[in-house]
Formats: sequence, structure tokens, C-alpha cells
Amino acid sequence: MNMKAMTAIAAFLALPIAAVAGPDDDNLVINDELDMISVTDAPEHVENFDKIYSGWHFRTDETQALQIDDFDNPAMIFVDQASDLFETVDGAAGESCASCHDGVESFQGLQASMPKVDSESGKLVVMEDLINKCRTDRMEAEPWKWSGGDMQAMVALLGLQSRGMPMNVSIDGPAAPYWEQGKEMYYTRYGQLELSCANCHEDNWGNMIRADHLSQGMINGFPTYRLKQAKLISRHNRFRGCIRDTRAETFAEGSDEFRALELYVASRGNGLSVETPAVRQ
Amino acid sequence: MKLKLLTLACLLTGSAAFAAETGPKDVSYDDYGAIEESLTGVAGDAESGAIIVGEKSKGNCVACHEVTALADIPFHGEVGPMLDGAGDRWTEAELRGLVANAKMTFEGTVMPAFYKDDGYIRPGDAYTGKAPSAPLTSILTAQEIEDVVAFLATLKEE
Repeated sequence: MNMKAMTAIAAFLALPIAAVAGPDDDNLVINDELDMISVTDAPEHVENFDKIYSGWHFRTDETQALQIDDFDNPAMIFVDQASDLFETVDGAAGESCASCHDGVESFQGLQASMPKVDSESGKLVVMEDLINKCRTDRMEAEPWKWSGGDMQAMVALLGLQSRGMPMNVSIDGPAAPYWEQGKEMYYTRYGQLELSCANCHEDNWGNMIRADHLSQGMINGFPTYRLKQAKLISRHNRFRGCIRDTRAETFAEGSDEFRALELYVASRGNGLSVETPAVRQ
Repeated sequence: MKLKLLTLACLLTGSAAFAAETGPKDVSYDDYGAIEESLTGVAGDAESGAIIVGEKSKGNCVACHEVTALADIPFHGEVGPMLDGAGDRWTEAELRGLVANAKMTFEGTVMPAFYKDDGYIRPGDAYTGKAPSAPLTSILTAQEIEDVVAFLATLKEE
């Protein structure tokens, strides 16, 4: 609320905005019943934060309101579509997700531990990989496009099953090399603007950059319904956009680089509730 | 004939101006990151500088810095220090160094370098996200740097 009042006053006086720095202190409760952990102590492996905050705390009251009631959350239309897709037979094997999986509720807890290393292949996998593996190997259907509507709706539906549970991705054991790779990327100053993720989301969170209130760059709410784009936005699409905006040659959605970055960024939010599907500006 | 002569005259003037310009790789910074010499030899235009400071497609300095003199432009950022009084705090040479490559003055600063065309990690073709198809150019031209410096020099506390 502070922020809005300040904006109004600043606009009225025709002064540049002297914005209120930092996150607000509202409580995130969904549907009046699900208390979310949107602020908590930073995990030990996050060196430069005392507290970690959900991106929800950096948005306007209007945007925040859209996430606290599922009837207002525009992402839920896509989640409903994914519920239908879950039951829909596709591919040569004549199967749907529901043919093998005992209800979508059976995915409870999975999102909180993603990304993770696949024990068979030893490779780091994210939710999109699991979905496409089922589609191609079991359903004998075409894989979905990474940031396509069907894919991100399904990622959101599966993620929603863990909503409220604290993020808890593994960073050691077989995940360690991927985590290190992601960490190195996080601190690399890419592009002609020479900006790292950390320059904005660690060194300057809470500050305004032009009209944007910089958050800590947490991904516990992804896929996120972004008002600007009016659709569900994948984690890798957001990474891609951020790196592009440093005037850099970005990485591809679904690249191993972005899988590693996803693991590292997800681990920075260990302890925050899964908010999927969140709503952002 | 007249037209031809005019064209020739323009070409000559053009190349003369180009010869006097210091390219991004040839800039000499002093030990404190300042640049004594003008990059072009042509005095900066403060009015043009003000536009570059505010324009998103140009310097977009207000994305990170608040400037009271440009209060009619909405949404000034707060990542960098306020620019009011910059003309008191810094000499022209220091301002030139800060705008061209602030990392020469403040090691590791978040501020991008506006007069540099190499030494980047995965530089792209502007904001396309793609690899560049031609050699990189600096974000601002030499004269645009001079114009921004001229504008900043006017920012004095009363």
C-alpha cells in the first residue's frame, strides 16, 4: 500500500519517484486458508542474504490480490485446461497421464524437490523433462514445446500439487556439479551491459530500476502468470529474457545451462513455499 | 557540379571529424579512471545530453539514477547515486571517465560501460538475445558521451 500512495504523491508533485525500498510486510494467505511461507531465514548456502522473500512482496497490492484467491488468479484457467489434458489420451500408445498416474494429487511434493538428478541417467532434470519423457517414451506422443501453452499449463498443474510446501532442492551429492555450474552462471556478468543475476537480485533487490521493483529473483512461484504477457511464463523463458536484457547472447530454453541455473536459483529459495502458479506484473 | 562539390566537401569534413575521434580501444584513462581529453574535440551539447540520459533506447541513465532536472520523465531508478550535484562533485574529466567506463573509477561497479566495444562475456546483438552478426559498437557514440558529460556538468547544487 505504501508504494501506491507514494506513487500517487510523486505523480501529483511531478517528482521522480522516491520509492519505498524493500519488500512489503503483507502476509501471503491463499483462499483465506493456506498460509504461505513467503519470508524466511536464508539457507546456509546463500551467502549474502539474511532473509529470503518471495517476489510477491515486491508487487503492487493489485497484483498481489490476484494471487490470494484462486477465483481471481488468471493462471487457474490454464491449470484447469491441464487437468483435462491429464485425462486426455494422446500418442500411438493410446495412453493419457491418468493411465499410469493415480490422480494428479500423486504429484504432491515433487515440485518442492525439483530440479533433481535422474538416478538412471545421472542428468539434471526439470519438470518439463519429466513431462516430455512420459509423452515420448510412454505415450509415444510428440514432445511439447518448452514454453508452449500445454507444457507450461501441465508444469503449473503438477507444481500446484505442492503449493504451500517449502522448497527443498538437493544441492549436494550428484547435484553438486550442476549446482556449482548454476552458481557460477548466477555471478557471471553477461552481455554488453555486463550484468549478472546477482547485480540486480542480490546487490539491488528492493531498489527500483526504472519502473521495476527488483525482487530477490526467486522462482518458487513459477510457472508464473505474467500480466505483461497475459500467459504462463516458464522459468527458462524468464531467464532468457533477463539475460537478453543485458545485451547478451542468451541461452536456449531447455538448455543444460538453464537447467543448472534453475537448480541454483531454486536452491536460493529453499524454505519458501511453492507458490505455483504465482501472478506477477 | 555544385552538388558534387558539396558532397565532396561533406565527405572531407566527415572524415576529418572521424580522424579526430578517439575510438573505444584508444581511450586513455588516468590512474583514477578519468579521461582528460575530449573524445571528439567537439564541445558537448548539454541539451542533447539530457535527452540521451532520459531516453530508454540511448543512455537510459534514469533507469538507475534519479535526476531532479529530468523530473518530467517518469520512473527514475535508485540503483545508482542521485545525479543532482554531479557537476559539483566531479570534474569534466572524471565525468567523462565515469560515463565511458565507470569500472575504471570504481572497480566492480554495477554500472555498464557506455564507451567500450570488446571484452564482454557472450555479448549479443543489442537486445535481440542473439549473437552479434557484426563487430560490436559502443552503446553510446563518442559525441553522445561528450553530450552526456556536458549535461552532467550542468547539474550543480544551488
